[in-house]
Amino acid sequence: MVENRPFLTFLTHAFLILGFVIVALPVYVAIIASTHDVATLMSNTVPLWPGSHFIENYSEILTGASAANGLPNYSHMALNSLVMAVVITVGKITISILSAFAIVYFRFPFRQLAFWIIFVTLMLPVEVRIMPTYKIVADLGMLNSWAGLTIPLIASATATFLFRQFFMTVPDEMLEAARVDGAGPMKFFWDILLPLSRTNIGALCVILFIYGWVQYLWPMLVTTDPGYYTLMMGMKRMVTVQDGVIQWQLVMAGAVLAMLPPILLVIFMQRLFIRGLTETEK
Amino acid sequence: MAGITIAGVSKIYTGGVKAVKSVSIDIADGEFIVLVGPSGCGKSTLLRMVAGLEAISEGEVSIGNRVVNRMEPAERDIAMVFQNYALYPHMTVYQNLAYGLKNRGTPKAEIEARVAEAARMLEIGPYLERKPRALSGGQRQRVAMGRAIVRKPAAFLFDEPLSNLDAKLRVSMRGEIKRLQRRLGTTSIYVTHDQLEAMTLADRLVVLNGGEIEQIGSPLEVYHAPASTFVASFIGSPAMNLVSGELHGDKLAIGPALIDLHGKAPASGPVTVGLRAEDLHLARPGEAAFAFKLDYIEELGAQRLVHGHVGDQLLTASLPTEMDIADELMLAIDADRLHFFTTATGKRIGDGYAARTPQAARQVSHA
Repeated sequence: MVENRPFLTFLTHAFLILGFVIVALPVYVAIIASTHDVATLMSNTVPLWPGSHFIENYSEILTGASAANGLPNYSHMALNSLVMAVVITVGKITISILSAFAIVYFRFPFRQLAFWIIFVTLMLPVEVRIMPTYKIVADLGMLNSWAGLTIPLIASATATFLFRQFFMTVPDEMLEAARVDGAGPMKFFWDILLPLSRTNIGALCVILFIYGWVQYLWPMLVTTDPGYYTLMMGMKRMVTVQDGVIQWQLVMAGAVLAMLPPILLVIFMQRLFIRGLTETEK
Repeated sequence: MAGITIAGVSKIYTGGVKAVKSVSIDIADGEFIVLVGPSGCGKSTLLRMVAGLEAISEGEVSIGNRVVNRMEPAERDIAMVFQNYALYPHMTVYQNLAYGLKNRGTPKAEIEARVAEAARMLEIGPYLERKPRALSGGQRQRVAMGRAIVRKPAAFLFDEPLSNLDAKLRVSMRGEIKRLQRRLGTTSIYVTHDQLEAMTLADRLVVLNGGEIEQIGSPLEVYHAPASTFVASFIGSPAMNLVSGELHGDKLAIGPALIDLHGKAPASGPVTVGLRAEDLHLARPGEAAFAFKLDYIEELGAQRLVHGHVGDQLLTASLPTEMDIADELMLAIDADRLHFFTTATGKRIGDGYAARTPQAARQVSHA
């Protein structure tokens, strides 16, 4: 749509800026709060300008032996989050690309049924099936373990579905040419399908890494050992101090740091990310 | 180098639809066979069964005396050129050409030599490091052919390889395919729906209709003695005129027009008569002629196509351009240029023109 009306331009920009302010304000407040000392933050007025305790707060959160009572130190929790997010990302992509490959390229009985069963799980988010999932994980003795943290979150229909849609846009002749060229099914997968899926994999990496990084409910349920605490759980526990002052400046510094990995990932993978979602390269 | 034997091959899809019905073709070593027919006639299915991309329901396909029914495409020693080229988009031209050889464990030096040779033959040397995306349609087509050539297979299979190109490029690539095939002497099966492509490329044509062979023969045999009204209307441009007529003794009646056959009537009673547009000519004085009412004229430059009707039947004649065309013309045709088909089955009655004239030399070369 091409419009040339100055007032409309003004209005759309005004809305855009308003929207941006609404989204950005909490982040801004968090950044500002992470630069003050606890006394300023407890004084009932929220400061809107940076304070002078930036270095102090950030070095404390990063080097402190414990982020708060009973918690492991911050970097330990960050590492846990990272491991969890990476394992979930890699696991989900591996499983879903292989299952999509099977569904699209192999003829076996109940192929459609298999696809629909996978597809139906899309309609059930983690929260809905969390109790039965917890029961299974508990019965298998996977509480307080990496396996318990990641495997239930790896089974995923979203990525399977996306890969299936993408594979169906790859012309059949590609497979036929590969067969004539003497490539077996797995060779076709490695040499042709996987490179073609590169942009899709990139886009999914970003989405799934963030998905894994922000997991809160599931890790809270399956881990009681502080050694497995992730950042998101740790942040929550830092706020629920029983007696004493909540160290808001440290909570905010921790929150700001926790936002960084997803932001960096989006920035560096942006090109791949957008191409993967919009373009089908043929 | 090998011939291909297709013996009683059928394709039956689940649900009982027969796409190909017991087709048999013997293809000599080095021969260029074109399968031609309208869409849905089973020509691509047949080719894909030879390639091994489609299971063979009945019958046997042998390549070089090996029955290949149960073999994977890669084991059949064939190479295929697809309509949409099917180049691997993430590989360079070089990698595209080398992929099949690499999968067969060909030594690296040999791969390089073969790719270089194919690149030289097809003049794609400058593009070897490019991705297919950066190539034009014609260049992609060459790469697709290169991928077939480097393998030095027993047979080339072409599945409408030129239909994605524009008209001009199609003509030049057609010539190139023909030249290449002559030079390499590799047995080839080529599928097309374009009768002109079929005529110009083929050593022998196989005209298919509804999954069955209508006729097998050299382009000139098929052109001059079509075995059925289907072949008659499919091969040749403009299509052969098919009108209904009746044979009375030595005379052929087409509507009100009577043509004297000089004792060459092959049958009697109602028949379908085929007249090639270029066999019709303006009647010379004293020649037996029939009246033709003009509808419209198409100018082609070298000649003009004159559309009109005789009685109530449509007819197209190809006439020289230099003369004036009146609204009503007297046209004539030599009696031995007429084709007769039964009205019931559309099958040919009697010999064709070609059978009575010195036949054009068959051009099966083994260069």
